[in-house]
Amino acid sequence: MSTDTSARNDVVVPGRLERFLQSNFWYSFKRDKVAIVSFVVLVLMAGSALLAPVIAPTNPYDLATIDIMDSELPPFWAEEGEERFILGTDDQGRDLFSTILYGMKTSLTIGLCAVMLQMCLGIIIGLSSGYFGGRIDSFLMRVADIQLSFSTMMVAIIVLAVFQASFGSELYSQLAMLMLILVIGIAEWPQYARTIRASVLAEKKKEYVEAARVMGFGSGRIMFRHILPNCLSPILVISTVQIANAIISEAALSFLGLGMPVSQPSLGALISSGFEYIFSGSWWITVIPGIVLVVLVLVMNLLGDWLRDVMNPKLYKG
Amino acid sequence: MLAFLARRLVQALIVMFVISLISFSIQDNLGDPLREMVGQSVSEAERQQLRDELGLNDPFLTQYGRFLSSAVQGDLGQSYFFKEPALEVILAKLPATLELTFGATLLIIVISIPAGVYAAIRPHSVLTRAILGFSILGISVPVFLTAIFCIYLFSIELGWLPSYGRGELVPVWGVWETGYLNKDGLLHLILPCVSLASIMLPLFIRLIRSEMVEALHTEYVKFAKAKGLRKARIYFLHALKNTMLPVVTVGGVQIGTMVAYTILTETVFQWPGMGFLFLEAVNRVDTPLIVAYLIVVGAIFVVVNTLVDLIYGLINPTVRLAGGDK
Repeated sequence: MSTDTSARNDVVVPGRLERFLQSNFWYSFKRDKVAIVSFVVLVLMAGSALLAPVIAPTNPYDLATIDIMDSELPPFWAEEGEERFILGTDDQGRDLFSTILYGMKTSLTIGLCAVMLQMCLGIIIGLSSGYFGGRIDSFLMRVADIQLSFSTMMVAIIVLAVFQASFGSELYSQLAMLMLILVIGIAEWPQYARTIRASVLAEKKKEYVEAARVMGFGSGRIMFRHILPNCLSPILVISTVQIANAIISEAALSFLGLGMPVSQPSLGALISSGFEYIFSGSWWITVIPGIVLVVLVLVMNLLGDWLRDVMNPKLYKG
Repeated sequence: MLAFLARRLVQALIVMFVISLISFSIQDNLGDPLREMVGQSVSEAERQQLRDELGLNDPFLTQYGRFLSSAVQGDLGQSYFFKEPALEVILAKLPATLELTFGATLLIIVISIPAGVYAAIRPHSVLTRAILGFSILGISVPVFLTAIFCIYLFSIELGWLPSYGRGELVPVWGVWETGYLNKDGLLHLILPCVSLASIMLPLFIRLIRSEMVEALHTEYVKFAKAKGLRKARIYFLHALKNTMLPVVTVGGVQIGTMVAYTILTETVFQWPGMGFLFLEAVNRVDTPLIVAYLIVVGAIFVVVNTLVDLIYGLINPTVRLAGGDK
């Protein structure tokens, strides 16, 4: 009986995919060439990083396959280049193409994990700060203010430097990835906490929250199941930019020698190892990973800009 | 205003206290002062005696109190490597870092304000697109890459500009050696300052543009237009003034970030400043120097942030009226 009525009224509940295809989001994506190109490039890069063990011609972590005699060979289009190494080799004789793929994987992993950590911390702190208000709010936001006034980079450099000095570089290089994720993750939580707090403050006055409270739901349930889903779009907007920032921070820290070790280089560590050779003319060890890093971060920032324009109809594009 | 001032000062003191606590625990746990002093050849009993004499076995609070009282008097211990008071070693390098930061700040102010204002006034011109394109590219290029590319292009390929060091310096009043007063010093300043500025420039251009766009849509600007005021007067006197409020706040925070990025810039350009010294100290596990750097940089951050907040309170009357509630 009930199916009959719905059929008579021609009410067809659209599926998820259909709803997505009809959304404003998809519409503006289709019309924005920059967004499409950035998205495609990002997917290509992330995909090739993920499939690095399959695509890469050699395994740069496997010391047995590396021949020091192959070191500092230029890319294949240069005069002394060899077909074996498309983008040339680095100072240790590793195939630069493979090393970049693996490095991109490392950089992306650190960026993603660090941002997840920021997001978790930021959501918990921002939600409770906005929802409970009062003293908790002013205390947490004061802490966020102070932490933001010390830049992430400064905090990260000092913490990592102290850890490196106390662990010794041997042990440190084993823990480097974890340390980078923790430090970048913890140092940037105020960004999320502030954004979420602002939207919680707006949401909590709305009627559905009051309704939920009247129904006797606990604060935790209201916070995470009712308010949080309505605060997701600002989270999405800052996440792309935050991942890009995390990748840049990681690269900078690795460049200073406080990040990934030379045996497992991220893009930043690779650039750093090439810097010593740039004066002797081996530009490709620095320049090629540099370009890869810039493109990776650039497409993320472009996507982030586009997202912000779509999600905030109030702001217009210049 | 007085309550605001007092609250700000208390906050600054608390932050300095936390920094001193962190610095002390680093000093306490990192490295062994005895090994630096006497080497390996002294027996265990003598070591214990020496420990007692130096007060290394005292309770934490006593040791922290001692650390604090000597720190207040400017004594942060001897650098293991330089064999000189750590604070003096750090402060001797301060001018180099400050000159670098000064140059970069100057570049940022001189470029970002006109560029941001122009992009807001003419949103559809080709130049605006170029400015915005440049700024998103600039945000995506890490400062050390900018520095490396600058060195590669201007020092190695073209050979126009020197790539490392501070060059020839001119002493001023006997305490400060500046690179701003002669050609060689200025040439050495160009690349590091441009690289350091490149990290903040895009951010400020975007910020000034978006604030300015917002200001241009307010009622008072429309009113000024209706009144028939000259365009330049509306843009630069009415709109820009209100644009600068958030810019000052962000600017204050970014000065701190810039100090952090001097570490990167100084490393690439071998600039003999505090950041370069700090990294060397880390590699040598020179604890007193690390601690001294932490305290000096922490103090710079706290002073700058407090000043910025106070200036903000001065130029933005709403802060004062609300008794400091932001």
